Amino acid sequence: MALYSEKVMDHFRHPRNVGSMEDADGIGEVGNAKCGDIMKIYLKIRDDRVEDVKFETFGCGSAIASSSMATEMIKGKPLNEVLELTNKAVTEALDGLPAHKLHCSVLAEQAIQAAVKDYYARTETALG
Amino acid sequence: MIYADNAATTRMSRTAMDAMLPCMREVWGNPSSLYGFGQKAAEALEEAREKIAACLGASTPKEIYFTSGGSEADNQAILSAAENGAKQGKKHIISTAFEHHAVLHTLKKLEQEGFEIELLDVHADGMISPDQVDRAIRDDTALVTTMYANNEIGSILPIAAIGAVCREHRVTFHTDAVQAAGHLPIDVQKENIDLLSLSGHKFHGPKGVGVLYVRKGVSLRNLIEGGAQERGKRAGTENVPAIVGMAAALSEACSRMAEDTNKVVAMRQRLMDGLAKIPHSILNGDPEKRLPGNVSFCFEGIEGESLLLLLDDRGICASSGSACTSGSLDPSHVLLSIGRPHEIAHGSLRLSLCADNTEEDVDKILQAVPEVVAYLRSISPLWMDKMSGKRPFILS
Ligand SMILES: Cc1ncc(COP(=O)(O)O)c(C=O)c1O
Ligand SMILES: [Zn+2]
Repeated sequence: MALYSEKVMDHFRHPRNVGSMEDADGIGEVGNAKCGDIMKIYLKIRDDRVEDVKFETFGCGSAIASSSMATEMIKGKPLNEVLELTNKAVTEALDGLPAHKLHCSVLAEQAIQAAVKDYYARTETALG
Repeated sequence: MIYADNAATTRMSRTAMDAMLPCMREVWGNPSSLYGFGQKAAEALEEAREKIAACLGASTPKEIYFTSGGSEADNQAILSAAENGAKQGKKHIISTAFEHHAVLHTLKKLEQEGFEIELLDVHADGMISPDQVDRAIRDDTALVTTMYANNEIGSILPIAAIGAVCREHRVTFHTDAVQAAGHLPIDVQKENIDLLSLSGHKFHGPKGVGVLYVRKGVSLRNLIEGGAQERGKRAGTENVPAIVGMAAALSEACSRMAEDTNKVVAMRQRLMDGLAKIPHSILNGDPEKRLPGNVSFCFEGIEGESLLLLLDDRGICASSGSACTSGSLDPSHVLLSIGRPHEIAHGSLRLSLCADNTEEDVDKILQAVPEVVAYLRSISPLWMDKMSGKRPFILS
């Protein structure tokens, strides 16, 4: 049996929305180099929806695949729905992850929340 | 497929298989049985013992005990020496920070039972000096156990010199030679080794079989109670085919050692030189005093598991000491022991070659690794921050 599902391997081999974004409206970065996983999410927001999303990940196969899947799941979605995205939903969409790999995938949920928070913080500052 | 993970296990040799088959087809009796048919198996067993004794320079085949592998041999050696020491009130054990878990976890158990375990610091080049051992030995030292060569970074320890220090102080000396046997010349008498572990599957023999060499006069404690096999020190009907296969593989490895080493070292050197050209990378272990087939590097800004998965996609089997490949939260204790920061240790790659590898394999690896490293760096926020100067580079 392979370590990862076909879905995980597909997202790992062909990550969707990978890269950075020059004019992001919100950026979230979580994890740290010491633990071996860092995830960075860039959001372009329009009318309270995710118009575009990009990610960069330093981490294992599970971390890269869950970043990719999570960005797919939030693209085009209104922010209130985006905030509800859970690690569980990402894992399920990937047809599961080995138990000892779950912790590598929680970063996707956390990075997205951090990016939305950053967006709100920026708009609030802009509104003064 | 390019198999470059020979430190994990090796492909069984034709010689080993040819030696094993008759033990399954014809000589399949129980070596403990008294009739001639069983005694044939006993003879095969003793012949294997003699071959292995000869490869190690043991004074008699009686010093060879068969086990289920390297782990069991390590466990039995250490627990025996600890018990022998405790009987004389000696409960101090010296080892190193970069031993295999079969050693470290056994020592942990002894620590919980009241032994004092002292793990020597490993130098940045993956070495332990005889001087360190000399300074650590006390009147109540029961055992010194240091590996012959490290399984991850390949460094070869000065075993003969460490053995001499132990002999001088009359301290029992065990060495885990699982990575060395069949790859480096070993002479237990010249090197003053009292106890030595090896494992069949690391030199093209079968898995699940190993040897504990025990110098005459060192008493052994049983881990498995039962019948009188192995002179009462290890119960259970012997795995005759595996033992015979292991002996054949070790004999062959020892007789081919010089030519195999020349071939493998040349390939290893080319791999090391090629991979060193990757910017912000570092070789782990001593550049010269290393196992013939071992190449170990850390690449800054990437994580080892993704590197392995992408190499696997290109047909290359390798391994890494990253946390995500170890199944724990920390990267390899070996890389941490030589001072690699966590961040760097996560980006490690171990390639281990054998004489079955070819120069063409080396070419393909030298093509694949830099490409995969560059790709993973291109999607790594950590690498991007380093490139833009937001974070400092750790490796030059
Ligand atoms: C240095 C070292 N010691 C012990 C072992 C354990 O050997 P085995 O798998 O035969 O139990 C290994 C193999 O992984 C090893 O590399
Ligand atoms: Zn991970």
